[in-house]
Amino acid sequence: MKVFFTAALTIDLDKETWECAGCGHELGSARDNYKKGLLVRDREPSEIHAPVLDAERYEFTFAPDGDWCRILEYCCPECGRLAEVEYLPPGHPPAHDIDLDIDALKTQWAAREPLSEPALGPEFVAPPHSH
Amino acid sequence: MGDDMDITGAASGAVDAFLSETNLYLAPDPVIMNNHGLEPRTAYEDECISKESDPVRLEIVRERILAGVNESFEMLENMGAAPGAKWGDCVSAVYTESGDLSLASSGGVVIFCNLVQYPIKFIRKYWSKDKTVGINEGDVFIVNDARYGQAHNTDQSMMMPVFHEGKIVAWAGATVHEGENGAIEPGGMPSLAEQIWDEGLKMSPFKVAENYTLRRDLVTFLQNSVREPKLQYADMKVKMYVCRRIETRIHEAIAEYGVEAVVAALRMNLEDTDAEVRRRLKEWPDGTVRHSWWTDGTLRENVQIKINLELTKKGDELTFDYRGSSPEFTNRSNNSLDITVKGMLAQLFLTFIWPDIPRNQGVLAPVNFIFDNPSVLKPGFGTPSAQSMMTVFTAWSAGQVATMKFLYSNPHKYTRVLAPWFNMINTFLFGGLTQHGEMVGNVCADINGMGGGALADRDGEHGCAPIFATMSDIGEQEFIEEEVPFIQIVSKKMMKDNQGFGRQRGGMGYQMVLAMRDSDAFGFMLTAMGAKFPNIPGLFGGYGCPTYPLARIRGVNVFEILKNDPASFRYSIEELMNERPFPDAQYSTHPMTLGYTLAQRGELYMIAQGTGGGFGDPLERAPADVMRDMDEGLISDDVAWRIYRVVYNKETLHVDEAATAKARDEARRERIAKSKPFDAFCKEWVKDKPSGKVPYFGSWDDKTMVHAGDPDKLHPAGQVVPPVVMAHPLQVKIDKLEAELAECRKSGNR
Repeated sequence: MKVFFTAALTIDLDKETWECAGCGHELGSARDNYKKGLLVRDREPSEIHAPVLDAERYEFTFAPDGDWCRILEYCCPECGRLAEVEYLPPGHPPAHDIDLDIDALKTQWAAREPLSEPALGPEFVAPPHSH
Repeated sequence: MGDDMDITGAASGAVDAFLSETNLYLAPDPVIMNNHGLEPRTAYEDECISKESDPVRLEIVRERILAGVNESFEMLENMGAAPGAKWGDCVSAVYTESGDLSLASSGGVVIFCNLVQYPIKFIRKYWSKDKTVGINEGDVFIVNDARYGQAHNTDQSMMMPVFHEGKIVAWAGATVHEGENGAIEPGGMPSLAEQIWDEGLKMSPFKVAENYTLRRDLVTFLQNSVREPKLQYADMKVKMYVCRRIETRIHEAIAEYGVEAVVAALRMNLEDTDAEVRRRLKEWPDGTVRHSWWTDGTLRENVQIKINLELTKKGDELTFDYRGSSPEFTNRSNNSLDITVKGMLAQLFLTFIWPDIPRNQGVLAPVNFIFDNPSVLKPGFGTPSAQSMMTVFTAWSAGQVATMKFLYSNPHKYTRVLAPWFNMINTFLFGGLTQHGEMVGNVCADINGMGGGALADRDGEHGCAPIFATMSDIGEQEFIEEEVPFIQIVSKKMMKDNQGFGRQRGGMGYQMVLAMRDSDAFGFMLTAMGAKFPNIPGLFGGYGCPTYPLARIRGVNVFEILKNDPASFRYSIEELMNERPFPDAQYSTHPMTLGYTLAQRGELYMIAQGTGGGFGDPLERAPADVMRDMDEGLISDDVAWRIYRVVYNKETLHVDEAATAKARDEARRERIAKSKPFDAFCKEWVKDKPSGKVPYFGSWDDKTMVHAGDPDKLHPAGQVVPPVVMAHPLQVKIDKLEAELAECRKSGNR
């Protein structure tokens, strides 16, 4: 059974593995950090959030300061889908952000119908005009 | 002899009574302040519930009272004098006899009323038995000191007991972000506050009205303590009559359904909410989600401040563990009380996760919190916290990210998973003499224009609402300009490329270009973080917001330019700052942390509201959506290519689908080629301490040890000795200049 855990990651409960939600590439044990199965790239933040104001003239430009902030991009080694973006001070250890009790997850899903796609939640329904 | 004194029974009671009667100072009571959960059911509530337990009937009573509360909220918004009241930064609510928040108005700021439980409990515990105070029908109490239970001192709450046949059966409450409170800077949110006594009014809960009549001696004292005496009086009257309207509606409900039904409805509303939240939490996966974020200043200096969150869900309980966050700053105002963090997180659940749950404090009953004590999220009693938003909003956003990672896999949701909402108060505070000769000090309604986060299948809403009040308003600019002596020459205009990129993009922030016009004494201040380190991330491959500076153009009077040479004016921050159309002016950028500064007529102050975070990989954004943003002027050609990799005709915006698919494939291959496996990457990337280029506060890789500015020195969390005391920024500047001068003199003597 597959659990759509994030927009980029699924868990195969039978195999207890993380998978890329884009291509199904296996990313390692679901009991471990999914990031271990991904590739990482350190980006200078101004490569993403480019200066709006002239960086030659101004100290503050709308671009983050590279001494304060780096952007780590995690992508699937197979299809290149961006799975997670992490903003960190330079050299700060990346977070083991999703750390699950897989046994509890299996018990929980044993009582549930498998899903063929992620459940997005209720549709927004605009209230009727009342005037 | 020689044994320890053993005081038991009546003697023990006498000692307790003596101590309680001779208490020299009734500070906030830790027994009250450390309990965010529900009070135990009282014997009377038990009796009422045994008589009235039909859920349908109780729901009718609940809705009846809620309609009255919503009516009172309309009164508050329409009659309130403070900008905060006019634009929705207010709330009204009903509390149980014990003080628990049972019914908040459908609009308004949940955190405000969530925190009013504490002063009501203080009033019950201390003033009910005190012969000099007492609680009688027609009494109204007031509070603004956050340490007794407010989000921050700029808010003022009034509370009224609701009696039935001589007995209190409920409480009514109304809260407004009043703004001005007599602090060291106008507007009620002083970033210059170095001590709690710089923060202005410190109203512990006290009785301000008897027999439904405000005591003018006390009102005059309060008016005498703030810069807006008329506003102080006007809004006290408004809040009192809002409480009276709630009281009237409760009395009517009692007359129709009986007091037992009303008391049972208020109590069961809490218990049912607690039970339903526990049921919903059981649907979440068990585990821990970790998310850290950093703010980049204290409002006085740029430093890196960590907010560390481990959110653990097990069974039907949730635990927010903020240990490892920064130590407190003992002479800065950017610390947040723990009750403020809890109240904001109630807002997260009640508006962003379970908007269908009744708005009461039962939502937090299954939630636990852990903080280092003291720390920036649980400061000491004497530590300033007037600018608590600087850390509480970051703590809230960390909670938003972490909860969304728990929510996405749930087969049954009550609303949709959302990338982070923008979270910082990118707005102007102002103060001085108006064109009408009135002294004012307050905040622009643009505080409410935060960009919404993207959803899995929908872009975020532009300039939508603040994280603390999803149904507030950004106001009518022309209306505002009738009251204050400055205009927004560029107002509510989306700022190009100010976007949280993603498969779905965040709702964008607009730019504001202000100039003061009609006053001899008027100034502005700014109190926002995020000029060095962005305020929010994206979600699941989406990016966060950029950073936001203050841009200024001095030495110019734009009103003369608009009169004599209007064609030279430019209508965006980017053009004004990069093209420099006014030759003799001085152009500069700063962090968005301006201390109160008197403005010259016609000089420009410019900022932008923030964007919500993006959701998913930007390379998967539909090219048509990218072109729609292009067509609407929201993004540049640079972003359309650099971030979204769309190939199109720049004249017609016609997309070349094949070329776009090819370009995106190449971009993915480039990603893979330039990336490294995680473990290999970490070997090179991870350092054992902060770089030292930036003063760093908080844990690094071990949440039990924290830095206090020095990368080489660690302290046990909650035990930073000596406590963090920041130097006065002007002194830092003087010391630097004196050192340079000494060096120059030394060189000159050689």
